Amino acid sequence: MTRLELARWQFGITTVYHFLFVPLTIGLGFLLAIFQTAAHRTGNDVYRRMTSFFGKLFLINFGLGVVTGIVQEFQFGMNWSQYSRYVGDVFGPPLAMEGLMAFFLESTFLGLWIFGRERLSPRLHLATIWIVSIGSILSALMILAANSWMQHPVGFRINPATGRATLTNFWAVLTNQILIVTFWHTILAAIATGAFFVIGISAFHLLRHNEVELFRKAAGIAMVVAFVASLGVAFVGHMQAQVMTKIQPMKMAAAEALYDTETGASFSLLTIGNLSGQPIFQIRLPHLLSVLATNSWNGKVEGINDIQAQERAQFGPGSYTPVIWVTYWGFRTMVGAGFAMIGLSSLGLYLMRRRRLERSRRFLWVLVPALALPYIANSAGWIFTEMGRQPWVIYGLMKTTTAVSPTVGTADVTATLLGFTLLYGVLAAIDFWLMARIGRAGPSAQDDEHEAGQAEPALVY
Amino acid sequence: MHHDWLAVAWFVGIALFWTGYFFLEGFDFGVGILLPVVGRDEAGRRVVVNTIGPFWDANEVWLIVAGGATFAAFPEWYATMFSGFYLPLFLILGALIMRGVAFEFRGKGADAGWRRLWDRSIFFGSLVPAVLWGVAWGNILRGVPIDAHHDFTGSLLDLLNPYALWAGLTTGLLFTLHGAVFLTLRTDGDVLQRARAVARRLAWPAALAVIGFLVWTYVNAERAAYLGLVPPLVPVAAMGAAIAVTWLVHERLEGWAFVGTALAIVLLIATIFLNLYPRVMVSSLGAANSLTIDNAASGHYTLRLMAIVAAIFTPLVLAYQGWTYWVFRTRVTSGRLAAQPPAPPPAPPPAPASHPAAQPSAPPAAQPSAPPAAQPASRPSAAGPATPGQ
Repeated sequence: MTRLELARWQFGITTVYHFLFVPLTIGLGFLLAIFQTAAHRTGNDVYRRMTSFFGKLFLINFGLGVVTGIVQEFQFGMNWSQYSRYVGDVFGPPLAMEGLMAFFLESTFLGLWIFGRERLSPRLHLATIWIVSIGSILSALMILAANSWMQHPVGFRINPATGRATLTNFWAVLTNQILIVTFWHTILAAIATGAFFVIGISAFHLLRHNEVELFRKAAGIAMVVAFVASLGVAFVGHMQAQVMTKIQPMKMAAAEALYDTETGASFSLLTIGNLSGQPIFQIRLPHLLSVLATNSWNGKVEGINDIQAQERAQFGPGSYTPVIWVTYWGFRTMVGAGFAMIGLSSLGLYLMRRRRLERSRRFLWVLVPALALPYIANSAGWIFTEMGRQPWVIYGLMKTTTAVSPTVGTADVTATLLGFTLLYGVLAAIDFWLMARIGRAGPSAQDDEHEAGQAEPALVY
Repeated sequence: MHHDWLAVAWFVGIALFWTGYFFLEGFDFGVGILLPVVGRDEAGRRVVVNTIGPFWDANEVWLIVAGGATFAAFPEWYATMFSGFYLPLFLILGALIMRGVAFEFRGKGADAGWRRLWDRSIFFGSLVPAVLWGVAWGNILRGVPIDAHHDFTGSLLDLLNPYALWAGLTTGLLFTLHGAVFLTLRTDGDVLQRARAVARRLAWPAALAVIGFLVWTYVNAERAAYLGLVPPLVPVAAMGAAIAVTWLVHERLEGWAFVGTALAIVLLIATIFLNLYPRVMVSSLGAANSLTIDNAASGHYTLRLMAIVAAIFTPLVLAYQGWTYWVFRTRVTSGRLAAQPPAPPPAPPPAPASHPAAQPSAPPAAQPSAPPAAQPASRPSAAGPATPGQ
């Protein structure tokens, strides 16, 4: 593999890995804030125990999110120094602000939340978890501002003296139309992740008739959140598709493996065979793609061949087409998992209203592995949107091939790729094992300890 | 290119973020390094880890902000430094990963083998960055092969020169001492006694390392006929602080000793930056290739935007981080909370007598955040050991 390919694999692995933990931090943090608010308002002990049980799982997840985040920030300089030189002026500020405005808030108040239960007033302690949640959402806004700029660069000019991007309007970066849709899409997806996490674990315990009251209540709150969030994700996703059709037509065409421009284009649900235009078998829903992309029954959707020709005329010779099978299946995986989440949460809400959730054992059995759905959707979504931008690292401005660090040796990139991947793999396995163990054990174990006064509240670690 | 005063301000800003990082994470690196020495048994190790429990994560954010601010204000510097120090940074990142997860994981397993694994990763995860950051900064100042395109063209061996290794030894020792003194302020009983003993034993080696590093820095600068802005006051004060600590730990004036180690760190970083000025990264292939404030900085708009954001948020961060140290000001003991006497009213350490003018601002969060200054006598350890594990 070349240095470029190695660096890309490293970026992809680190990013997908990092984003396994981030959505749960955002989503579960938000739910913890709701649980603790319920505990504070009602004084019902079951909410307090719910908060502390899911809080423990939250912390296991949080640590890995933080440490992989440092790699995420540093790897721009390590592997993509040409990119960093070219865009630092525009891309650096949101990253710096993320640290200054969001990470400090998140980490400091999380420390207060974990260790401060006995030292802060209940109200102040409740405020700390809300601040953690706000901090995590703010950090998403900043990093997505940076990413959206890569998808659709705005608010800058190229400095003629240096040939590099120079920020001219930060407000334009923050109101980038890609950012507005991407932010809501990501935040809602993260909240859905947290909700399905709570639902999955609650379903597991409900199946065993363990702590029925606690988990019925937890699943109840999470089910409403899951329904609203996953419906919202789809709704915003639809808006996002329209923005994408306008700004990155190639990505939309690649998502559909649509080679020729069509009016009244159908949506391909599934393809067997190759994606190069001669499938063996396909299921297509007429007109749906046009409606999704343009909001009109017979709207025109441009195909890969036309866009390739246009971009070649505009940017010079070369391929401007991403890897179609990745975008096509990435998009389908994301949308498919998303619709499964909408379906499950609507059914769950219906059963809850009928007060039949705990007795619907088969449905509960489905909800446990459904915990994986948002993870699948999140990863597929990022792979789709980042791979769909190729060959560009900054759409229309800089190609990925020119972004890599020129003097870092192939051996070095190989060593760090292997090192990080190995480390990530081992830690993911340990993390999963710990989560499963603590999630399965349920809230009673730690509670008894606390009530017997054995666990020193100040000694949390 | 004209000299943009905002770029100079950001040079100072970056210096402050790194200073904040080394001052704060310095002691929690030290605490991590001393974990096997000071925490002899499980109860002791739990106390040691919990002294930095509420803080380490927020301390580490200073690094993220230092990195992010460098990216924003000096993209060239960020790109050259991070791609140039490729393998050391990989080791630092790996170490920080192992250390970060260890804090979360260690208490969540049942058996001793599990804890030993994570205690080891806290130890190495603290030791490796404590030393390698020194090596990295030694190299930034000494100069590394940087070509006309600002790309690092050397190899790992170029980074392992005696001066940079001495710098690594210096930060390693100084952070460990800083951590030992921090432990004397945050613990009680046996752990406190052992932390005191370590602090006394480490004070002289750390002071000698600091003195050696500063003298060597001066000699290097003299030889290169480049003294930067380095007025003797700052490095001499750094030596003074390091020497003062040797006496303060003997007299058990631990609040002051903490001020001393903090000052030594702050003044050491200040010396490096003053000697760098107006360069940000020195090229050993000729002065023309060096990265400077002028040729590495972002445009005026970005610098101004970031200056406004930093001016608003940095004081806010200092205030709430300082408040955290206030909330968790009582000593961590291995007994039950109920068995602990109520917290004594903390006396914040008085402001240091002489405040060197060259030091741009007070050490971040030092005054509001430092734990209660030297408490008169060591209280005997509170009753029984905690039941370890959850």
